[in-house]
Amino acid sequence: MSAVIVLSGTRTLLYKEVLRFWKVSFQTVAAPVLTAVLYLLIFGHVLENRVKVFDSVGYTSFLIPGLVMMSVLQNAFANSSSSLIQSKITGNLVFLLVTPLSHWAWFVAYVGASMVRGLMVGLGVLGVTLWFAPLNAVEPAWIFVFALLGAGMLGALGLIAGLWAEKFDQMAAFQNFIIMPMTFLSGVFYSVKSLPPLWQAVSHLNPFFYMIDGFRRGFFGVSDVSPWLSFSIVATSFVVVSAIALRLLAVGYKLRT
Amino acid sequence: MPAISFQNVSKTYHSARGDVHALDRVSFDIAPGEFFGLLGPNGAGKTTLISILAGLARATGGRVLVHGHDVVTDYAITRRSLGVVPQELVFDPFFSVREALRIQSGYFGVRHNDAWIDELLANLGLADKANANMRQLSGGMKRRVLVAQALVHRPPVIVLDEPTAGVDVELRQTLWQFIARLNTQGHTVLLTTHYLEEAEALCGRIAMLKQGRVVALDRTSALLAGTASTMMRFKLDCALPTSLLAQSRVIGRIVQVKAHDATEVEQVLATLRAAGCQPEDLEIGRADLEDVFLEIMQGETLKEAA
Repeated sequence: MSAVIVLSGTRTLLYKEVLRFWKVSFQTVAAPVLTAVLYLLIFGHVLENRVKVFDSVGYTSFLIPGLVMMSVLQNAFANSSSSLIQSKITGNLVFLLVTPLSHWAWFVAYVGASMVRGLMVGLGVLGVTLWFAPLNAVEPAWIFVFALLGAGMLGALGLIAGLWAEKFDQMAAFQNFIIMPMTFLSGVFYSVKSLPPLWQAVSHLNPFFYMIDGFRRGFFGVSDVSPWLSFSIVATSFVVVSAIALRLLAVGYKLRT
Repeated sequence: MPAISFQNVSKTYHSARGDVHALDRVSFDIAPGEFFGLLGPNGAGKTTLISILAGLARATGGRVLVHGHDVVTDYAITRRSLGVVPQELVFDPFFSVREALRIQSGYFGVRHNDAWIDELLANLGLADKANANMRQLSGGMKRRVLVAQALVHRPPVIVLDEPTAGVDVELRQTLWQFIARLNTQGHTVLLTTHYLEEAEALCGRIAMLKQGRVVALDRTSALLAGTASTMMRFKLDCALPTSLLAQSRVIGRIVQVKAHDATEVEQVLATLRAAGCQPEDLEIGRADLEDVFLEIMQGETLKEAA
């Protein structure tokens, strides 16, 4: 099969996955932006004068990159996982299963569309929240690197969850018991340095912590740990999760009986 | 080279209650350009066999070739050759009919395919539904879209898994005219159906499956010739004499009795008269595929019992 055909098939699946969420963008893009803004209004307002994280940075400013990254991660995960589980349950995944598309094509398209949605929501949150507090991009390269890697990793994780889950409640469990705690315990709302030593140590085992910390570094030029350490941990996590997702797709895990 | 070659295909499902042999060493070939029927009762393994062909399921033994290519190792080639109409009435609620067809076409690397998509829509009576959302379509219309989706990349081999289950007469006519025309143009067709008169009218050759095994495989005409050639049909108001039960099929008041020749016909009538029964609306005709099917399936059950 020629490379042009392979590329064309992959592009179609990517286009279809983007079109799928874009057709309901009120629910898939606008709603998460609103949620993030509500977090900012409430926590920012209540905690602005009570919490000091970095010396030169106000709490609301500190909070914005965390909320942006949280939105990127949650929506990247939601996209691939909900698309797959819906197609599995309604049975229309058969349209894809009878095609010659390889596991790489599936991976690139599902993860790619997840990244598009995650980054769109992230940009939306950033665009709205910039009205509330001043924000600079001191080291912008890190912003792009962590946004892309984080969205990619959560897209791949959503792919795994979508393959594994057979029912909507299993998917909800994955989301509520794995994704939500990992996001909330990653330092979105606080610096982990303000935690007791035990919880600091636990936080350092959470790859989400490094995504948020590295992403924030891009805005403020300061971070809890070195951005290079964060980068190596996040990149390694992305590679491991992607390798698992690709393997599951290649063997047709829960796809081909 | 056969269009499709099933070679010792077995499929075993493992469950807590023990192994289920869905397919047991199924072997047969389908030549290019054939219109081939795959018949069997529910649970015989027809859909499993088609699923293995299409790559939706994996065989536990044997292999399947499409134009000489293995469906597991050369899936990229074989899936391009196949157009599969699934049995379940599935659809993607996010898209319109035209979007769904363009996307399906794109998966196979066929872009700018609107001329063929329009032709499919016209031939399947979908032209005025092109921009309707899939959710708005009736069951029959969704079925037509499934057929269009299977054909959108112009596959040389068309696989239809009970495409007319629960659809109205009009669609059945439209569909069969279209599929028959594609077959005349050289497309190979593999069909499973519960409507035996459809199989009799359309299929040049037929395989019958029962409990995962091929129990009959022949030209349709040969299958029809090889069985009791005459079938008596009549209505009866009294109970059928017990001596006729073994060779009869009773559906409500209607009785069908097998008879090989005129002497047997006379004997049946004499038995009825002796029992004081008066047959109404008596017809004597050739056996059809349904009779052959039941005879073969019953024969198999007797063999198992013996």
